[in-house]
Amino acid sequence: MSDQVKQPAIRTRGVIRDFKAGQQTIRVLHGIDLDVCPGELTYLVGESGSGKTTMISIMCGILWPTEGEVEVFGTDIYSLTDTELVNFRLQNIGFIFQQYNLIPSIDAASNAAVPLIAQGMGRKEARARAVKMLEKLNIADQADKLPNQLSGGQQQRVAIARALVHEPRLVVCDEPTAALDAKSGRRVMDLLREVGVAEDRSVIIVTHDNRIFDLADRILVLEDGRITHDGTEMPEDH
Amino acid sequence: MIWIAIRMLTGDKQKFYGLLFGIAFSTLLITQQLTIFVNLIERGASGVYNVPTADVWVMDEVSRTTDVNLPMPSTALDRVRGVPGVEWAVPHLRANASVRTNEGDLEGVSVIGVDDATLIGLPKVMLEGDPNVLSQPSSVIIDDVGTTRFFPEGESPIGARLELNDQRAVIRGIADAIPSFTSQVTLYTKYSQALNYVPGTRNRLSFVLVGASDTVSADELTDRIEAQTGLRARTRDEFAQDGVDFIIENTGIPLNFGITVLLGFIVGVAIVGLTFSLFIRDNIKQFGALKAIGVTNAKIRRMVAAQAGLVGIIGYGFGIIGTVIFIWGFSADPTFKGFYIPWQIPIISLAAVFIILALTGWIALRNVLKTEPAAVFR
Ligand SMILES: Nc1ncnc2c1ncn2[C@@H]1O[C@H](COP(=O)(O)OP(=O)(O)OP(=O)(O)O)[C@@H](O)[C@H]1O
Ligand SMILES: [Mg+2]
Repeated sequence: MSDQVKQPAIRTRGVIRDFKAGQQTIRVLHGIDLDVCPGELTYLVGESGSGKTTMISIMCGILWPTEGEVEVFGTDIYSLTDTELVNFRLQNIGFIFQQYNLIPSIDAASNAAVPLIAQGMGRKEARARAVKMLEKLNIADQADKLPNQLSGGQQQRVAIARALVHEPRLVVCDEPTAALDAKSGRRVMDLLREVGVAEDRSVIIVTHDNRIFDLADRILVLEDGRITHDGTEMPEDH
Repeated sequence: MIWIAIRMLTGDKQKFYGLLFGIAFSTLLITQQLTIFVNLIERGASGVYNVPTADVWVMDEVSRTTDVNLPMPSTALDRVRGVPGVEWAVPHLRANASVRTNEGDLEGVSVIGVDDATLIGLPKVMLEGDPNVLSQPSSVIIDDVGTTRFFPEGESPIGARLELNDQRAVIRGIADAIPSFTSQVTLYTKYSQALNYVPGTRNRLSFVLVGASDTVSADELTDRIEAQTGLRARTRDEFAQDGVDFIIENTGIPLNFGITVLLGFIVGVAIVGLTFSLFIRDNIKQFGALKAIGVTNAKIRRMVAAQAGLVGIIGYGFGIIGTVIFIWGFSADPTFKGFYIPWQIPIISLAAVFIILALTGWIALRNVLKTEPAAVFR
């Protein structure tokens, strides 16, 4: 029992990722060993090009590491078949993108319901659950609106609803506030912290946004593909 | 997910209508052109279809169609009548002549001389008058194309006089006939009368029309007639096909229509291909997000197939309706008289639509399938 509680949400060992750029091979991640705990909001910060997006992509099962092990809730995800991995993501992971990537021709509630619909749930039920999630994010009144009728902050809240609606155990966000002004960015992050983080759910956020650092349970700093800081606050020199 | 796919497409009105237009346009062009083509070349057999009672057509060895024939000596009739299995055999004359109308215009016409006694050789249905009017002197029966050609609308041709090869002819009836390939005006008259109208040499008998007795098939009878008389004999169906083949072989029509149909197909591929690819490209981020969230490639394939299917069904429907309206709208025009859409043609255009969508959908889909889910974070 106590073993299970201690099981990390994500466990990586010796993760290396190389990219081919023409003739050259560039090593973007140099052997990352990392445990991410359930129930925590983890920030991944670092300069542009340091490998944050690469790292988070590998952790959520959309980018194969060149070498190393990645376990998500005890599953060695890169030993799964393609279809198994896709279904693993569908059941266990919520995604929040910088550009929201909502479907423009369906309303907010339907957008938020997409993971449930993809899981095979009926449209009505999925929508009803999505509306509930929108309520938690304080935008249920926008449920019938199309994405282009919403502000950026509202769209990102719909995207958060989509990331949480199927109760995933892991939520990953790459620069969720980058396209928002400071105020709406802050609100979105407060909501994500409030609604998204739960005892059995980890949230990992890649961000540059130093105005929201205070929300994190843990901050990891990535420099040139290596983790150089791991703590509850930002290091002094940043 | 299918629902989402459909909404993605219909939500993008411009591209949705563009796709519908592409498919509808292709369908219309292919269906309409093939329909006109088939109906037009079938006109090559109109001379045969207009005499449905004849089971077998007998002609000189070198004759090829109802219009391309070498007359035979009149003794041929008796030789044919002597063949066992011939129930009846009647003379049939087909020749060209010129007519001077009341307005003074000169027009080429076909003169068809039908058997004096039985009137076999006349079209089955008369629009006005009775076949027996031919027993009156200088009588001719005109076909309905001729009516619209020679006479202004509303003016009855009955009783009108024509100068047919410098001889007097009086129109006493109108026959409901399938127009010839050239839509040339046709005048029917008795065989004996036709001999007067059409000057000629000793040999004047264009065809002998034969009815087979019940005991023999038309096929068998043609063999017998050929063996016994040395003349050429063709069953009704064979001779109709000869007329169609003649047009196919001797005109640029198949090539011209073929090119138009091909253009319809290519334009369809171009419009639909471009629009479909644009649509997919505009939505590539959304597709990428779906893939990251956990939609399998198989499901994505089904989504795009549903989008293509929707465009196909609606666009094809519009195209077919367009063709029907076209054919229907022109049905009063004698040039398009009796035009129908053979059932094979909508199936051919459906197949073309299917190929267009399968091809363009596949090309568009490749971009989605190639997109790595990791691309969504870029
Ligand atoms: N698909 C790819 N092909 C080639 N090189 C890549 C690819 N993806 C990332 N890289 C390279 O890997 C390095 C790290 O990229 P990554 O996107 O992980 O950085 P990042 O920390 O997210 O930067 P940013 O803050 O600008 O988003 C960069 O030098 C980038 O050029
Ligand atoms: Mg990045």
